[in-house]
Amino acid sequence: MAPEPPLLTMSGITKSFPGVRALDGVDLDVQAGEVHCLLGQNGAGKSTLIKVLSGAHQPDTGTIHWRGDPVTLRSPIAAMRLGIATIYQELDLVEHLSVAENVHLGHEPTTAGFVVRGKAARASTAQLLHRLGHPEIEPGCLVGELSAAQQQIVSMARALSHDVRLIVMDEPSAALDPDEVDNLFRIVGDLTADGVAVVYISHRLEEIRRIGDRVTVLKDGRAVAGGLPAKSTPTREVVALMTGRNVEYVFPGRPSRAATLEEPVLEVRGLAREGEFEPLDLQIRPGEIVGLAGLVGSGRSEILETIYGARKPSSGQVLVGGRALRPGSVRAAVRAGLGLAPEERKAQALLMLESVTRNVSVSSMSRFSRGGWIDRGVELEAARAATRELSLRPDNPSVPVRTLSGGNQQKAVLARWLLRGCRVLLLDEPTRGVDVGARAELYAVVRRLADEGLAVLLVSSEVPEVLGLADRVLVLREGQVVHTAPARELDEHRVLDLVMEGSPVASASPAAGEGSPAS
Amino acid sequence: MTQHVSPPRDGTDKTAPVGQPPSWRGMLVRADVRTLSLLGVLAVLILIGGITKPDEFLDTRNLQLVLTQASVIGVVTVGMTFVITSGGIDLSVGAIVALSSVWATTVATQEYGFGGILFTAVLVGVGCGLVNGLLIAYGGMVPFIATLAMLASARGLALQITDGKTQIVTVEGVLDLGERDAYVLGIPPLVMVFAVVTIIGWLILNRTTFGRRTVAVGGNAEAARLAGIDVRRQRLYLYLLSGLCCGIAAFLLIILSGSGQNTNGNLYELDAIAAAIIGGTLLTGGRGTITGSVLGVLIFTTITNIFALNNLQSDVQQIAKGAIIVAAVLVQRRTASTT
Repeated sequence: MAPEPPLLTMSGITKSFPGVRALDGVDLDVQAGEVHCLLGQNGAGKSTLIKVLSGAHQPDTGTIHWRGDPVTLRSPIAAMRLGIATIYQELDLVEHLSVAENVHLGHEPTTAGFVVRGKAARASTAQLLHRLGHPEIEPGCLVGELSAAQQQIVSMARALSHDVRLIVMDEPSAALDPDEVDNLFRIVGDLTADGVAVVYISHRLEEIRRIGDRVTVLKDGRAVAGGLPAKSTPTREVVALMTGRNVEYVFPGRPSRAATLEEPVLEVRGLAREGEFEPLDLQIRPGEIVGLAGLVGSGRSEILETIYGARKPSSGQVLVGGRALRPGSVRAAVRAGLGLAPEERKAQALLMLESVTRNVSVSSMSRFSRGGWIDRGVELEAARAATRELSLRPDNPSVPVRTLSGGNQQKAVLARWLLRGCRVLLLDEPTRGVDVGARAELYAVVRRLADEGLAVLLVSSEVPEVLGLADRVLVLREGQVVHTAPARELDEHRVLDLVMEGSPVASASPAAGEGSPAS
Repeated sequence: MTQHVSPPRDGTDKTAPVGQPPSWRGMLVRADVRTLSLLGVLAVLILIGGITKPDEFLDTRNLQLVLTQASVIGVVTVGMTFVITSGGIDLSVGAIVALSSVWATTVATQEYGFGGILFTAVLVGVGCGLVNGLLIAYGGMVPFIATLAMLASARGLALQITDGKTQIVTVEGVLDLGERDAYVLGIPPLVMVFAVVTIIGWLILNRTTFGRRTVAVGGNAEAARLAGIDVRRQRLYLYLLSGLCCGIAAFLLIILSGSGQNTNGNLYELDAIAAAIIGGTLLTGGRGTITGSVLGVLIFTTITNIFALNNLQSDVQQIAKGAIIVAAVLVQRRTASTT
């Protein structure tokens, strides 16, 4: 359509990680001066795509054209030289350096090539901050002393300190107050008026309506729609594009008997952490799976970790089997029968240098030892029994845990708690990094454990997962439970409406849609 | 209702020998490239020693001397290996050895005889370890800083106690252990202590819950914590253990030198760290090997001996040591990436 070639054209981009095809032939074109929005659920491939665009990942196949010429983005520096800057969700600033030093990091103005001209750096930084509408930020101030919103401005100033033609913003509004969001949009407007293109990632549809020109929707690593008009495409169509799936997850059926007879094994009373989540009440009975649905930053993981004692609550208490746990003590929680399969499996759960056996037995070592002396035969047999029960592959617990696929690593974590004999399982994003095919198996395992009397609290940003697996769902938005309902009475549209728009009364009909379980 | 999507895997179970815990033969196979290459280096050194100074190097007395010298630093290295495996570091070992050795050889202590000296040496070591451990585990101090502070103060205290003078040991029972009459089957008592410490250390690291926790804390402290391990208490115990080893080493040094000096244990921290590293213990934690550390100690001690026999100055020794550390780490990185 445009007489001159688009600023950026990515075509047929694929990128695989072990066990996961993150991008499967994605096309994206961006015109100079437009705000191009990327939409998609967690795991749809947005972050992988922008990492390819910023040179942090190399695509397996596919081509990238920049102003009509084919280019290879070998590194973030190469991308930056072309004029592509990325502002990540997790800010990548050096806290102990000043604002000016951060802005000019890697390209400091120098005399004779190595003497940094601090005054010049501060002056140009001040100018950039002024342009961004934040002249109050002191260029000499340490970044660690700034608020999250101010740090984001610094991050943006850093992007603009290069001769930038395209800026990628990954959920820039997530950490901002409403008036700060207004300022952000003004900046985006100024940039595009200067001919700079913005690739804007957000979960919030209303934002996309306000500033977006075109929308590309990603789902399961594919671009299901490219270049839709951002302002006029109906919400229903966008949500349908985001949720309609090629891969139908197979969820295990729910037990026919309601688990209401037994006393709750886990009870949470008014649990809260200031600034993270509001007072929460929750009861889970043996055999019940309760899901927490919400976006990143809605407080899901924080809630789980606080229940588990890994974070100290500012108020409220957690009771297991009617007895209150010592707040902020993981050991008390584990002893009472809680088990956590954390979100970051490798960083928070697994001992990557160790065998499956040792990863499984680590929480119940006293069971295989007398006076501290480990009976390795008994340990191995117990680990084998636990991993077999979960059909962990390969069926050899002596192999290093790092050689397992994501799904089997998750099973190793579950086996740890199974072996420990835990009563309440806390699952944080249980299928992150797990192959689509292996997910159904993992779901079946979780349901079977529940049928055997375990209480499960499940956190996931993938709405179908929560709806398909849980019996009861709590919808979270910004640290607050906005809705509670049996999973059967919810569908994906409604939950997405609740978590994105925040309106308790959503337009989508509550009739059972494709999100409801196949029972 | 539940369904499993995993592909059929019949028959594959039989291919993997999953019956028993790792057998001795399996351990030999896994007694891996690293240990074998360390043994190879040691063999080459012995060969060099035997060729350059055939009469002196292979002499029984010389070999006894090498092993005796290795014993003191060896005991320290066993403790250090635990600390490094847990992701920590103990820079104060040399200073603790010095402080223990002088405290245990003051005139007042020597009045209590053999038991008094042994008890004091061990107690001072454990005491210093306790301070290190409390500062690190419960005071939230970085191990590097806490043990650096201990290094400085323990050395200072040792100097204050001795006023820079050598404290001669007059207790016969202690001195006798250093005499040839005390050798059993030609093995000096010091070497026997070293052997016992090594074996106990190996068993603790590889066969006990304490060892598992040490590895878990070093491999991933956050995961260990979330798995229900008391990470702080474990750290405290580890520095206690290192202090204990220093106390034992101080006692060995008193036997060996017949005295206590505030300059004892100079640079032991670096020798112990170097031996552990070339042995295959990861400086980042999560993997430790007592066997490797002991081989590392033997390699360094043998080099020192060969150089001394050939009248080479200690500057050349230092250069050789440095080169070996670099070479060992480079080799390990290659083997680590291929396994």
